[in-house]
Amino acid sequence: MATATASKSTLNTRDRLLDILAKGWAYFFLLAMVLFFSATGPGFFSVNNFSNILVTSTLVALMAIGQTYVVITSGIDLSIGWTVGLASVVSARSMRDLVNGGMDIGPAMLLGVSMALLVSLIPGIINGILIARVKVPAFIATLGMYGIVRGAAFLLTDGQQVIGNLPDGLREVLRALGNGSLLYYVPEQGFVWFARPDNLPPQVIRGVASLLPYPVIVTAVVVVVFAFILGRTQFGRHTYAIGGNPDAATRAGINVKNHLLWIYVLSAFTAGIAGVMHSFRFTAGAPQAGEAALLQSVAAVVIGGTSLFGGEGKISGAVIGAVIIGVLQTGLVILNVDSIWQFIVVGVVIIVAVLVNQAQAALERLRTTNG
Amino acid sequence: MAEIILSATGVHKHFGGLIALNSVDFQVERGEVVALLGDNGAGKSTLIKCISGVYRPEGGHISFDGQDITGRAPSAIRDAGIETIYQDLALAENLDVGANVFLGKEKKKTILGFIRVTDDDYMRQEAVKVLDRLDIHIPSLKQRLVNLSGGQRQAVAIARAIYWNARLVIMDEPTAALGVPEQRKVLALVRSLRDQGIPIILISHTMTDVLEVADRCVVMRRGRVAANLPKGQFDAEILVKHIVGAGDLSA
Ligand SMILES: Nc1ncnc2c1ncn2[C@@H]1O[C@H](COP(=O)(O)OP(=O)(O)OP(=O)(O)O)[C@@H](O)[C@H]1O
Ligand SMILES: [Mg+2]
Repeated sequence: MATATASKSTLNTRDRLLDILAKGWAYFFLLAMVLFFSATGPGFFSVNNFSNILVTSTLVALMAIGQTYVVITSGIDLSIGWTVGLASVVSARSMRDLVNGGMDIGPAMLLGVSMALLVSLIPGIINGILIARVKVPAFIATLGMYGIVRGAAFLLTDGQQVIGNLPDGLREVLRALGNGSLLYYVPEQGFVWFARPDNLPPQVIRGVASLLPYPVIVTAVVVVVFAFILGRTQFGRHTYAIGGNPDAATRAGINVKNHLLWIYVLSAFTAGIAGVMHSFRFTAGAPQAGEAALLQSVAAVVIGGTSLFGGEGKISGAVIGAVIIGVLQTGLVILNVDSIWQFIVVGVVIIVAVLVNQAQAALERLRTTNG
Repeated sequence: MAEIILSATGVHKHFGGLIALNSVDFQVERGEVVALLGDNGAGKSTLIKCISGVYRPEGGHISFDGQDITGRAPSAIRDAGIETIYQDLALAENLDVGANVFLGKEKKKTILGFIRVTDDDYMRQEAVKVLDRLDIHIPSLKQRLVNLSGGQRQAVAIARAIYWNARLVIMDEPTAALGVPEQRKVLALVRSLRDQGIPIILISHTMTDVLEVADRCVVMRRGRVAANLPKGQFDAEILVKHIVGAGDLSA
């Protein structure tokens, strides 16, 4: 009797450990990788490198936010990589042309950014209409849109690889915002807000740390807003319901068609933000800005525990997933691994993540059938 | 004669070449329990889905309490006061009990003065209350429905329908997944709803249930109404005859 109780309780502890491991494996994985690269990669363990990793991760994180909503409704959005490029090109080109046309830099930027964000919604609207109303499978509709948006982005560059030649004044402002930080740590001077002090000796410059890079702040705000919407509002609740059982959602009176339309618009929107930010960071518009990041955004979503079958997922998971990919990329670079390997490693991580999620689902089923 | 609250006339619905409903006339009076019977595939679920707005009929009219509700959206039908327990339950199994009872009609609260969020605690508490009314206890209400038994899920579907003070409740085989004690509770619930004056459409293949609670029986066969039998004019034998199609011959 006593032994039976004891073995039962150890089983429970083991179960609980397994559970923690299954649910939180992404966090452990991140920690393990940070430790690994810190031990093996010279210069990996530094504030500046961590802040670089976060800045690099913003692109994938922003795309993964929208993608999380889409995947929760058991869809997929393959077009957002090129929506990033479209927004990047539209913002760079319109800011350049407006400033060259004599407009002041401030208003030109405001107008250019707004235009880019508005234009980025167009593929989302079309995706939404095709998927929600015409009942085209998400995979097909967004694959078609992949080609269309790609073409549109290159049309806007007149076939060039980049929209460059930005006027110097504009370039300065974009660089300051895209690569700047709200808070710096300067050796011997301490914390400095808003801008890195000029005229620092070279050896001090190397020690300056960007503690709150603007792209990270913008992304953090987007993360908080969309995590809140998903977790706390009726819109979020309906998103989960549609992913769990679209018929039940319809019969409960949820307007599933409208909701799905919004989901794809939202997905395009966060990609649009990513594209605009890309132009700021690189002071140029690039149609292929998000090309590689598409695969990574799906990876981030899956690593974060979102089920590809829909109905389950969290923004926080996607963000962790994006950071994991950022750590992987940066770590591999520091270890001098050929960048081609990044694709292979990210691909492997996606598959492992799906396997872990499936194992976790199986575990949960097992537990329920056991009582 | 009592007042007619729901009236469907000449309802027509087909799926491709299959005529699921062929000019169906169907009425429900205030405070009565109407049993809807028929073989598998007779068109019972299709009829109630036309009433609840899931399907839009190709022909005919449906009115509820004097209002024309033909072809309205499910949300509008629910707002008009018709709640439905579907044969397949139509639950979001990835959500918890409270979220399911309030699905599509989420209770909200305001935080920070202007942000509207779902009031999950309230929804959970209300879910407990309505489940208590059904005398059904679910250990943890934060559990997602995947972790509940078939009977518990059915209870949630029933709870959702009765929570909203419906003016007509439609039940498509509500006792299918239930054990005997739970079946008794559902039948008791049907009676108590009727005693409160709430009319019920009950679809069931269980003859004893039907005989126990039905005030009137409507039998469907191959998309048509085959018989409409008021209290006193049906027993198990008569019903079976109508269901299998021998009713016309003997009549
Ligand atoms: N969505 C649909 N698409 C195509 N055919 C359908 C659909 N729904 C129902 N049918 C067909 O319509 C007919 C009536 O089906 P319905 O579900 O109304 O029957 P039922 O009386 O509820 O049967 P059961 O007792 O088995 O639940 C059947 O032949 C069925 O195959
Ligand atoms: Mg049926």
